[in-house]
Amino acid sequence: MAVLVVAEHDSKSVRKATLNAVAAAQKLGSDIHVLIAGHEAGAAAKAAAQIAGVAKVLHADAPQLRDFLAENVAATVVSVAKNYSHLLAPSTSNGKNVMPRVAALLDVQQISDIVAVEGADSFVRPIYAGNALATVKSRDPLKVITVRTTAFDAVAAAGGDAAVEKLAAPADSGLSSFVGRELSKSERPELTAAKIIVSGGRGMASGENFTKVLEPLADRLGAAMGASRAAVDAGFVPNDWQVGQTGKIVAPDLYVAVGISGAIQHLAGMKDSRVIVAINKDEEAPIFQVADYGVVGDLFQIVPTLVEELKK
Amino acid sequence: MKILVSVKRVVDFNVKVRVKADGTGVETANVKMSMNPFDEIALEEAVRLKEAGVATEIVVVSCGVQACQETLRTALAIGADRAILVNTDAELQPLAVAKLLKAVSEREKPQLVIMGKQAIDDDANQTGQMLAALLGWPQATFASKIRLEADRAVVTREVDGGLETDAIKLPAVVTTDLRLNEPRYVTLPNIMKAKKKALEVLTPDALGVDVTPRLTTLKVVEPAKRKAGVKVADAKALVDKLRNDAKVI
Ligand SMILES: Cc1cc2nc3c(=O)[nH]c(=O)nc-3n(C[C@H](O)[C@H](O)[C@H](O)COP(=O)(O)OP(=O)(O)OC[C@H]3O[C@@H](n4cnc5c(N)ncnc54)[C@H](O)[C@@H]3O)c2cc1C
Ligand SMILES: Nc1ncnc2c1ncn2[C@@H]1O[C@H](COP(=O)(O)O)[C@@H](O)[C@H]1O
Repeated sequence: MAVLVVAEHDSKSVRKATLNAVAAAQKLGSDIHVLIAGHEAGAAAKAAAQIAGVAKVLHADAPQLRDFLAENVAATVVSVAKNYSHLLAPSTSNGKNVMPRVAALLDVQQISDIVAVEGADSFVRPIYAGNALATVKSRDPLKVITVRTTAFDAVAAAGGDAAVEKLAAPADSGLSSFVGRELSKSERPELTAAKIIVSGGRGMASGENFTKVLEPLADRLGAAMGASRAAVDAGFVPNDWQVGQTGKIVAPDLYVAVGISGAIQHLAGMKDSRVIVAINKDEEAPIFQVADYGVVGDLFQIVPTLVEELKK
Repeated sequence: MKILVSVKRVVDFNVKVRVKADGTGVETANVKMSMNPFDEIALEEAVRLKEAGVATEIVVVSCGVQACQETLRTALAIGADRAILVNTDAELQPLAVAKLLKAVSEREKPQLVIMGKQAIDDDANQTGQMLAALLGWPQATFASKIRLEADRAVVTREVDGGLETDAIKLPAVVTTDLRLNEPRYVTLPNIMKAKKKALEVLTPDALGVDVTPRLTTLKVVEPAKRKAGVKVADAKALVDKLRNDAKVI
């Protein structure tokens, strides 16, 4: 039986998280189909057909799918579920919103946020903020899975040539409607796809300091910007910058933590980064226990000097 | 309007959990337990809606062992009116909890169920969405703002790119994110008052729910530790390390 990956897309293209989910699906060794649920998302369906290793694209096009409301997308996924052994989606906010609804409608216990595939029914997933890794075996005939994107190297976005098949979407549930969206605008790389991330914590002391002190460093490094919960709660930066157990999970080549203490919940979101740098005035801060390179001192002196050094 | 709030008893967020030597799970004996932080936020929201005259009654539900009564007493002290324990020693997975909460919802007929987005022990982030599916209700997950109108809720949600607002018809399920509110502390007089509030005990059998786990845990291990790094003197030394040793820039 084939496996289905529910794609994350923006109507025009397929988001990188989808490529990580396809990589996880490949470990199952079956044909991979990708579902594009949306409205006027033909370009995304075409892009999905080009993903390496994808055998077929299902394209459900309907106005009620435009905003990816959970009720309508879940019904669409459920309508084709019987053709598949596994249903996967990346652990994005959409994936987390939709897939448990799919699972419950199919009477399946979802397996959240897998980091490894051990077999067709066994998967590894982090629990307790990543302080433990559990291997679980599912007894459900169908598996519903969300994929931690940082744990699977993305497959190539090109090289495939899959057929695109139209799929009729079930009628609008009428239960929910989309009102609006306030997306943070940024020219920077997306946090979960960035190679370098510069993150600030409570030590930044204000939103203004993020702009004045941290941004020049991010600019120099071509980095995305992130934050601790404390910095988001304090209103320094928007919520979608939060890295951690309950924010975004990232694993860039370089993660620079500035004025972040390193609480368990923050480490849960970044400790799989390849190289970690910590800048903190408290030499006892737990962040130094995971940092490859630590600088103890006042960030307001160190960061500007760092920017100067990087120019050399 | 009646509001149902689910509260899970979990290992306190400040505890650094240890994996058991035999690899069957994590140490929970003699470990501080608390209400799941996202459920505190859910309850706080319900209490504020009651204080604002929007909600008339708050019922809190917990599923699990007898000790969940402590969590429910805390919830009553924070401002819930009544509590229900669905008592079982069995391991409960999100689908089973959602089925129990569905059975409770069918008895209580709330207009709104507010739940945490995620339990910080299993990190599943499923139960609210599952409950909504089983009831055939709409859902609004990861809420940072809830506005109730006559027959609908307008909910601002924390999503990957920023914020999104959806309108959902009542009855509905909402799950909370961190920025929805700041939960209050429990006061001593309220703890005393809570002792007199009703706490009903039910069982999965009485509710007609089969809670048999669908996932078997084969093993639990500690993640690989990062090897200890080095402290460098200053920004100049750091740049040197990043360029020449780590070669990341
Ligand atoms: C349910 C729950 C979920 C959570 N989820 C997350 C999550 O997803 N992500 C997350 O990050 N947190 C999360 N947290 C919060 C977490 O427990 C910590 O409170 C938070 O990470 C602390 O943020 P911080 O390190 O910025 O602040 P603090 O812990 O206050 O640390 C600030 C640091 O800045 C340093 N500093 C101050 N001034 C300077 C200066 N001038 N120069 C250099 N260093 C300086 C200090 O020495 C200190 O180490 C969660 C908590 C709960 C209960
Ligand atoms: N055993 C339980 N008792 C009561 N509520 C629960 C229980 N398990 C999960 N929940 C609720 O479901 C939310 C999400 O949990 P989870 O899906 O396990 O991450 C929690 O924040 C609780 O509100």
